[in-house]
Amino acid sequence: MIKEDFFIDYSRCIGCEACVQACGECDTHRGVSMIHLETIERRDSVQTAPQICMHCEDPICAQVCPADAIKKTPDGVVQSSLKPRCIGCSNCVMSCPFGVPKYQIDIDQMMKCDMCYDRTSVDKKPMCATVCPSGALTFTTMQEIQRTRQGVPVNEWKFGAEVVHTKVYVMVPPEVARVDIGLIQIQTTAAALPSDPYDVALMLEN
Amino acid sequence: MAKLSTDIPDLVEAFGPTLSRVPAGGWDDTREDDKLVKTHCCFCGQQCGIQLRVRSNKIVGFEPWEDFPFNRGKLCPKGIKRYMQDEHPDRLKSPLERVDGLGFVPVGWDAALDCVVSEIKRIQEKYGKDSFAVLTGASMTNEKAYLMGKFARVALQTANIDYNGRLCMVSAGTASKKVFGIDRSGNPWSDIVAADVILVAGANIAECAPITTDYIWRARDRGAKLIVIDPRMTPIARNADLFIPVRPGGDIGVFNGMLHIMIKQGWIDQEYIAKNTIGFEEVARTVEKYTPEYAAKIAGVPASMIVRAAELFGPAKTSFVMHARGIEHHSKGVENCIAMMSLALASGRLGREGCGYAMITGQGNGQGAREQGGKCDQLPGNRKIDDPEARKYIAGVWDVPEESIPGKGLSAIPLVEAIHAGKIKGLISICFNPVVSLPDANFTREALGKLEFYTNIDFFLSETAQHADIVLPGSLMEEDEGTTTNVEGRVIRHRKVVSPPQGAWEDWKILCELARRLGKGDKFNYAGPREIFDELRVASKGSVSDYYGMTWDRIEENNGLFWPCPTSDHPGTPRLYEDGKFGHPDGKAHFIPVEWRPSVEMPDEDFPVILTTGRVVSQFLSGTQTRRIGALIDQIAEPFCEMHPQLATKLGVVDDDYVKVESRRGHVVVHAKVVKTIRPDTVFVPYHWPHDRSANNMTIRALDPQSEIPEFKICAVRVMKTERPTDPIAELEVQAGGIR
Repeated sequence: MIKEDFFIDYSRCIGCEACVQACGECDTHRGVSMIHLETIERRDSVQTAPQICMHCEDPICAQVCPADAIKKTPDGVVQSSLKPRCIGCSNCVMSCPFGVPKYQIDIDQMMKCDMCYDRTSVDKKPMCATVCPSGALTFTTMQEIQRTRQGVPVNEWKFGAEVVHTKVYVMVPPEVARVDIGLIQIQTTAAALPSDPYDVALMLEN
Repeated sequence: MAKLSTDIPDLVEAFGPTLSRVPAGGWDDTREDDKLVKTHCCFCGQQCGIQLRVRSNKIVGFEPWEDFPFNRGKLCPKGIKRYMQDEHPDRLKSPLERVDGLGFVPVGWDAALDCVVSEIKRIQEKYGKDSFAVLTGASMTNEKAYLMGKFARVALQTANIDYNGRLCMVSAGTASKKVFGIDRSGNPWSDIVAADVILVAGANIAECAPITTDYIWRARDRGAKLIVIDPRMTPIARNADLFIPVRPGGDIGVFNGMLHIMIKQGWIDQEYIAKNTIGFEEVARTVEKYTPEYAAKIAGVPASMIVRAAELFGPAKTSFVMHARGIEHHSKGVENCIAMMSLALASGRLGREGCGYAMITGQGNGQGAREQGGKCDQLPGNRKIDDPEARKYIAGVWDVPEESIPGKGLSAIPLVEAIHAGKIKGLISICFNPVVSLPDANFTREALGKLEFYTNIDFFLSETAQHADIVLPGSLMEEDEGTTTNVEGRVIRHRKVVSPPQGAWEDWKILCELARRLGKGDKFNYAGPREIFDELRVASKGSVSDYYGMTWDRIEENNGLFWPCPTSDHPGTPRLYEDGKFGHPDGKAHFIPVEWRPSVEMPDEDFPVILTTGRVVSQFLSGTQTRRIGALIDQIAEPFCEMHPQLATKLGVVDDDYVKVESRRGHVVVHAKVVKTIRPDTVFVPYHWPHDRSANNMTIRALDPQSEIPEFKICAVRVMKTERPTDPIAELEVQAGGIR
């Protein structure tokens, strides 16, 4: 059984891609990384965010799979698709609220992060959380994370009306109990957007 | 000759850089590894612990080394992929001889070494000993750095040896010696975590020393405040409590302005200053005029930022001050460092848990290499080459007459200028790619063309090696063994993981064999690097950087030992200045007043924009190694010109346009990267790429008069939109200097 938990702290991420590069090193993925490192909006900020599989308690990717190719282990890790079953339909790709599964055209199969099950099932840490130089990705005990961090871990998300619980936690400010993903109107006017906190020119004007 | 023997595209086709993407033997999850070797990364000064996986004498991957205390398994992308340079198709496996019009042809070791030795003899007999120069590097072990210094002084007897640390640590080292009397970071990295305020200036930690990020974040999670001073909002600046987007070259405004306020507010430690330092009154007088308004004008930022910095830093109980090339690569680099050190010193927060000062080393052995004799003005043990006592002692260790040891030679840039002026006629270099890394690259290329003979020891044919008459294939870090000294002053052990490929030699063997053929074999009679280390220990005995009490075994058993470590039962010295005792003969730290002055080339009507240069996270220095690793080039394929939208609008440039960035000395054509995270008066181009993509085509050959570091961080340029170039260089692959 996996004894520790996975915590993502986006505020710590420096966008170095050590996670991406280390993930790709796994012999089973043969140079292909299962992590996505998102650059949020480089023009405005250097903010980046690593996205591993969040390992939902009730994974929608598995629910929508017509071939029943996505299995969850008893300790809650949602696996990559099973090669003999996956039909490459990409239902999982489209349904995941975190955008995690990716259809690999060259092998006609969906592959995704399985929290390094080969490592975590034998008491090792996942590769990305081992190498991450900023601690944005951390694999440790709940007790240790509460002792060492100012943020608090949450694993409840709300996408529109849908509430999702995940095995992986994200660190948020103490007043936040759940991550609410609201809808943003396309073509929002500039005036409706928050002011730009990272514009160096604005800083110099003050 | 040292002119290119054939066109660059032909050389690139024959020798790369090509991209390695698959480990030796291919991806394979069915086979067990033969062994897992605990060693260290070959790249930056953090020197992270890493385990390399070996099958059939080939490195096939890595495994984190979580028990090594400095990085606890953490790595950056460069470290993760570094093993991809092993078993690389570009690897040099035979000595090469330049053939005009053809490029290079393989030649036997005997013939190659004979040629090198006869040219050394010919040139030195004709033009004098000093006409043959040595350029060495700081990405090599202590053992090799020591050997290079001895090779120059004993085998060649030339004064002209210098190293690429001249582009890296010399401003920090010079300032540290002047102020503290010792050239080393004062504290182990564990002290960062215990600090209440962390002041970072000119250090893009997230990209150039990524492992340090976690130390800073751990401090912040304890409640520490972070102040970052940089013209660009770097990834750690995004989360700083205070980010000061200083104008390049304006750092002294921030530092002197902060000290001005600290003195006014009584946020200095009078007792500490009185007891442990001299010279404070003069510094206090100097900063008297640096009111927030005056300081802000110099720094190019609102005065309120400087006030806030003083408010955060001044009254803190504990603090950690750190800087890197951003304040050091200036014609006043030493003074920038001194001004920052004054803040730490006036606060009295040094030499205690959570109270310290550090310079962030750039190269793998940036610390050790400058101690062992690769610098033009130093003998091993950080000893001054013009100190009679030091000369006598080292002459004894080397068993040579004291008068045979040459005096101070030229530092890297004057050395290349002497080549250009025809005063230096021959050159041997190792671990140095000046065509990419020196300022004013067109001048460097011209200079190399004037050499009568040039030989280069390297494992890949770097852009500089392309100019060589004879290339000698050396060894990668993991193909030899020895020690390095990391950013903290911790001496660590590098393991030999595999042997060099057939045809390549360990670097130390090449040097010892050259020395033997030069008739100095008795002075270079080593069975291996362990014996070189044992001699180095003796050479450093009694010096500031005393390694005498260290052995390779002790280093390994202790996960590294910090110098000074004078005796075999000494535990090493992780933290300096604990007792308020500094390295000067009077035991005090020396305050030194510094005044701001302009940089050598300020923007003007013709060249109205400031260019600053630096690094990106997936590339290392001149890219000889990292531009050959596919995944690292995929991450960041080409250099770019970062500019603010305000400047872009003025220039009529949009994101991803091709732009020509041009100084009085040269230009590049690169893509524009329009971002709000840089000052509108400044553009940034990273420098890892060669030829028409080399940021150093534009930089200026202006030096700090004390450290002789070049002013990489500011020169004047103009930027204009242009079309995609279609010349043969532009058509090359991006890692070779092409553009897409």
